[in-house]
Amino acid sequence: MTHSVPFLPVISADGHPLTAAQIEQNFSDLHPCLTDLQAMAESNRCLYCYDAPCVTACPTSIDIPGFIRRISTGNPDGAARTILSSNILGGTCARVCPTEVLCQQACVRNRAEDAPVEIGRLQRYAVDHLLDNTAAAYPFARAAETGRRVAVVGAGPAGLACAHALAVNGHSVTIFEARPKPGGLNEYGLAAYKMTGDFARREVDFVLAVGGIQIEYGRALGTDLTLDVLRQDYDAVFLGIGLGDTNALGLVGEDKAGVVDAIDFIAGLRQSEDLAGYCSAASVVVIGGGNTAIDAAVQAKRLGAEEVTLVYRRGPQQMGATAYEQDLAATNGVVVRHWAKPVEIKGNGHVEGLVFERTRLDGGRLTETGRRFEISADLVLKAIGQSLAPAALSGLTLKGGKIVVDETGQTTLPGVYAGGDCIASGQDLTVQAVEDGKRAAKAIHAALSASQR
Amino acid sequence: MADLSCTIAGIPSLNPFWLASAPPTDKKVNVTRAFRAGWGGVVWKTLGIDPPVVNVSSRYGVHHDTNRQALGINNIELISDRPLAVNLQEIRECRAEFPDHVIIGSMMAPIEERAWKELAVRIAEAGVHGLELNLGCPHGMCERGMGSAIGQVPEMVEQVTRWVKQAVGIPVFTKLTPNITNILWSAEAAKRGGADAVSLINTVNSIVSVDLDAMAPTPVVDGKGTHGGYCGSAVKPIALNMVAEIARNPFTADLEISGIGGITTWRDAAEFIALGANGVQVCTAAMLYGFRVVEDMADGLSQWMDEKGLTSLSQLHRMAVPNVVNWNDLNMAYDVKARINPDLCIECGRCYIACEDTSHQAITMTDLGNGRKRLEVIDDECVGCNLCSITCPVPDCITFDRVDAGTESVTWPDHPLNPQRLVAAE
Repeated sequence: MTHSVPFLPVISADGHPLTAAQIEQNFSDLHPCLTDLQAMAESNRCLYCYDAPCVTACPTSIDIPGFIRRISTGNPDGAARTILSSNILGGTCARVCPTEVLCQQACVRNRAEDAPVEIGRLQRYAVDHLLDNTAAAYPFARAAETGRRVAVVGAGPAGLACAHALAVNGHSVTIFEARPKPGGLNEYGLAAYKMTGDFARREVDFVLAVGGIQIEYGRALGTDLTLDVLRQDYDAVFLGIGLGDTNALGLVGEDKAGVVDAIDFIAGLRQSEDLAGYCSAASVVVIGGGNTAIDAAVQAKRLGAEEVTLVYRRGPQQMGATAYEQDLAATNGVVVRHWAKPVEIKGNGHVEGLVFERTRLDGGRLTETGRRFEISADLVLKAIGQSLAPAALSGLTLKGGKIVVDETGQTTLPGVYAGGDCIASGQDLTVQAVEDGKRAAKAIHAALSASQR
Repeated sequence: MADLSCTIAGIPSLNPFWLASAPPTDKKVNVTRAFRAGWGGVVWKTLGIDPPVVNVSSRYGVHHDTNRQALGINNIELISDRPLAVNLQEIRECRAEFPDHVIIGSMMAPIEERAWKELAVRIAEAGVHGLELNLGCPHGMCERGMGSAIGQVPEMVEQVTRWVKQAVGIPVFTKLTPNITNILWSAEAAKRGGADAVSLINTVNSIVSVDLDAMAPTPVVDGKGTHGGYCGSAVKPIALNMVAEIARNPFTADLEISGIGGITTWRDAAEFIALGANGVQVCTAAMLYGFRVVEDMADGLSQWMDEKGLTSLSQLHRMAVPNVVNWNDLNMAYDVKARINPDLCIECGRCYIACEDTSHQAITMTDLGNGRKRLEVIDDECVGCNLCSITCPVPDCITFDRVDAGTESVTWPDHPLNPQRLVAAE
């Protein structure tokens, strides 16, 4: 299958703002699920490698040749079971993984053909097939109740993966979630055109269907919930709390109306029932170079913004966003400007524009050149990184602002484990968060099995 | 470009590509389209004695690979279900319209002298260049004592061939069924009967698949299925061997051969001709892709012959026959070792696991630590079985080096480890 340019946003035909229907069209599936015919053709491109490099490249080590083989033989539900047994959130990962730098980058089909098997899309085909198959039995049986109780903080990918693996082993899990809905960034982050419909919620329901997991909403660590209490009340604790704070530009006027965090912009968009009424900004400036910046910029464009400019203080090679994501921004009409940093926010009350200064690398150090330019904006989206909310983590060792864990996922506090974006090795990847959750669950299960009650 | 004109059983043909007796040659409209597309000849779909047979609905089954490519198909269709007079009139019209193209009349009758002779004469009178005796259909007609019911009995093959030769003066092709234990028995019988040529193979008796919902063989006819005739590229290896056996058997070596069986490309045709076929017949490839497949068959064969310096098909004919020998004539001193070209290797590991699990544990796969692997052959373990190169997805990535001196030749009868070695008189 050739890589197709994802569908492009609708451009106004008459100069008037986009209609609600056009905006809805702009937020349909970026890569729709493969048809049966497409899946057959693509699955047959897989060479069924032995000791396949795609498996090594997958943080959750999904048996990729094994699941693709099952698709090719007409056993898509078996393919889904293969996927989910390594990655319970395989449906989300299929949609949002940067496969171009993970499994698909490793695909041996790149060597001679420069055209990897579309592993991500095949994975989605399989998982969607199982989730849509109402007659299919739930693929995981829960072990006999052990009577052991584990607290998981955060119902994001790390927490869900950890909870599911523990529940399968017969432990009882209580997830404490600060927000009113589960899923973490699957529900509140990620671009809407990658997570269409209510997939994040359907996937959580699927995870919970194993039994033995209950979620308490509106329970954030640090308010009525403390690590000390959790450690007393539960046999183990897993922290999958993500990164609650955002980094600031550090400029005067950052509090002006129209200057917002990109993740809040995305979260609001994901929860919005009325996309047409969600954002009326005509000129949007996004600051940052990661996938969040791209997600925010492309979505702003698809909402109908006339001009969307993404400004990054370094060059394309230094961007956190993958080449694919950068291409996605370009093909969606986002103007990307490199080597510039914001130095001044203009406007009275509401932002009117930003002044940037050209930057450059001098001996490996980013320096300012004194040359400035201005971009008018009625919405500024800050996407320059997130950080751990430090509250309520007393007793844990932090490094670089993140929780330190050992190779099993255990923090410096015995019985307290952590994973996902909040730990020092956090890679800002859903699939890595899942693996962190799995790893900690394995360690917790081993510890609980070894310890006397 | 090399000349593809040829003579088969004394019949000159524009090229060696004929359409085999089958649905594609049932009617004038098909045959006209075939000739215009570039086929040198057709063998008209088998004619029988009136009243015509009646066919069932749902007639073909398929053996697909996982990518829905047809490895082979089978059919449970009978012979032409149109009145004989209609077929003969259309044959006359086609002969008049395409005087340079070959039309062979395929025929089938019960094992009665008069039936064969009368039918043969009637078809010959329509102006066909030759007759092909259908002694092979493995389904339906054999239950009525025809087709393979005759072809499986060498005495009957001889008898029927003789009857038809006595009745007409045009070349007679005896079409052989592969559903026998030894093709030479029927080929020799055909020769004894006076056949000018043999056509082979007819279809292979088969059940191509079972419909797991209907729990019946396909094609399913109202909940039931029956065995049918298998054809297409999957049967080519069976046909090649049978053609070669006839070509290298002293008694049948001078029989002309119309090669049939899964011929899909020019390369397939070249292989049949090199093994002794004077021309080839094609059916399944046309049924799957249309008559246009002949364009590349002719062009590709001609191109390849130019590259090989061959100017006519008579030069290619039987080129490989001297190299088809019995196992006991193979040189056991010959020794090859696999070589994996690291520049072409895409590191899929298929050769490794195939050799490790199922062969001789002769390939090592070393993780180079940078996401790359190195696959190498252990010469001491490699027996030169070819499995690695067969499973390799990259053409020419795995090749074989000859490692013996190339000066010694020893066959099994002379081999020192052969307990029954024919030792020269002491």
